[in-house]
Amino acid sequence: MSASGNHVEIRGLTFRRGSRAIFDDVDIDIARGRITAILGPSGTGKTTLLRLIGGQLRPDAGTVKVEGADLAGMSRRELYEARSRMGMLFQSGALFTDLSVYENVAFPLRAHTRLPESMIRDLVLMKLNAVGLRGARDLMPSELSGGMARRVALARAIALDPDLVMYDEPFAGQDPIAMGVLVKLIKSLNESVGVTSVIVSHDVPETASIADYIYVISNGRVIGQGTPAEVMASDSPEVRQFMRGEPDGPVPFHYPARGYADDLLAGGVPREAGRG
Amino acid sequence: MAEQRDLLSRVAGLGAGALEVIEATGRAGIMLFHSIATVPNPRTALPLLAKQIYAIGVLSLVIIVVAGLFIGMVLGLQLYRVLVDFGSEAALGQIVALTLNRELGPVVTALLFAGRAGSAVTAEIGLMKSTEQLSSMEMIGVDPLRRIVAPRFWAGVISMPLLAMIFTAVAICGGWLVGVEWLGVYDGSYWSAMQNSVEFGEDVGNGIIKSVVFASVCIWIAVFQGYDAEPTSEGISRATTRTVVYSSLAVLGLDFLLTAVMFKGF
Repeated sequence: MSASGNHVEIRGLTFRRGSRAIFDDVDIDIARGRITAILGPSGTGKTTLLRLIGGQLRPDAGTVKVEGADLAGMSRRELYEARSRMGMLFQSGALFTDLSVYENVAFPLRAHTRLPESMIRDLVLMKLNAVGLRGARDLMPSELSGGMARRVALARAIALDPDLVMYDEPFAGQDPIAMGVLVKLIKSLNESVGVTSVIVSHDVPETASIADYIYVISNGRVIGQGTPAEVMASDSPEVRQFMRGEPDGPVPFHYPARGYADDLLAGGVPREAGRG
Repeated sequence: MAEQRDLLSRVAGLGAGALEVIEATGRAGIMLFHSIATVPNPRTALPLLAKQIYAIGVLSLVIIVVAGLFIGMVLGLQLYRVLVDFGSEAALGQIVALTLNRELGPVVTALLFAGRAGSAVTAEIGLMKSTEQLSSMEMIGVDPLRRIVAPRFWAGVISMPLLAMIFTAVAICGGWLVGVEWLGVYDGSYWSAMQNSVEFGEDVGNGIIKSVVFASVCIWIAVFQGYDAEPTSEGISRATTRTVVYSSLAVLGLDFLLTAVMFKGF
């Protein structure tokens, strides 16, 4: 355990895609055993952040330390070893489409342990029971609804009892019941076994209801952080606009364009007159 | 001035294109190295390999057998027309067997294989990438190169030479069907001319070597295009097209090279 009590420490993180900086000198701490939320508008690289923590991408500058170890310095083997202690819930669920629900949840167990089949069965049924889908074990992923697929993916993500679970947009596109189920599951998973949770989302109320600490990122930088109450009460106009969902503010309603009147006139005016 | 700039930008474009090709080849090489440079665990690897040999090899059997039959029949028909003018239709079996063993068997099988199995492999891996299945496998701590790419690669390398042999055998029977049964070439001379002239090492062996080379190249292109595909619907469709085009061109180009090396003394 690192002395600071942080499970993940990100310092001076810079990551570029082409010439566009997705992250520019970002510092983020993810406290052990707590739920940390990363909020931000779509397209601000929140998923990229999870991939950086999982070591699937390497930062252009700065460090990402998980359990005090810098991912960039790890060999391929060490990286895969480190990943076996992380779980990640992908936005699409990312279930293996050629395997049944049961085999999907058993997959990490078979890959990393040499447990006998009877024990794998018990573990799979326990994990499926935790997400309420023990009865769906023989279905194929194509037969599941979106919310069910995400719950199966959650069961798979926690199959190896990871210390760190990352949720990529867990609430996006879910109906209210499925959303309520997921909120409850994430919360109870965190409380019952003390797993460190990172939620990346733009669903503000749901995320704020369970998060212990919130980072708001926009345009590659952290624009606000604190407990949910602190962030809600923030006087930064950018944070306020995002947290309250105001249509216009520092993030303008209009995509950058030339003047409205000019634009309208430009098309309709005959060529000759336009030139003159 | 404008012409110079135009010329310069064309030269620059040519260079950029060449660099892109070299870079992609490098990426493909690294991917292949990481996929097959490790000793797999037989307990998990063998079932995966068997499943892929079924998907890639067994399911391609129908198209290979049907195509082989027709190619053989066309060969019998065309060659008979020419040979009969010289009264040498007895050599039909020899020519059919040599053509198939040396050239048509490996080449046509590889072309059909690229269209039937290669494109399917590319689309499957591309879709796995776009639905984040490859990423999630990585996050579970299982290397998709070893779990997804390696079994498909080996299944292709194993299946295609076998398919080429089946193709050749069926096509020889197709030639017999037309030449002997229909056009009336003497049955004994069809087979004995074949037996006297086809060398096992020179003709059959070289044909097998060719199909192993074609198999490796085709399936390598297919897995790489899938793995490297842009994870969108257009990206996957482009990758699938590229698999078929690149595989076909590579097979035809390599066939010329291999033929030049193997049969230059004839």
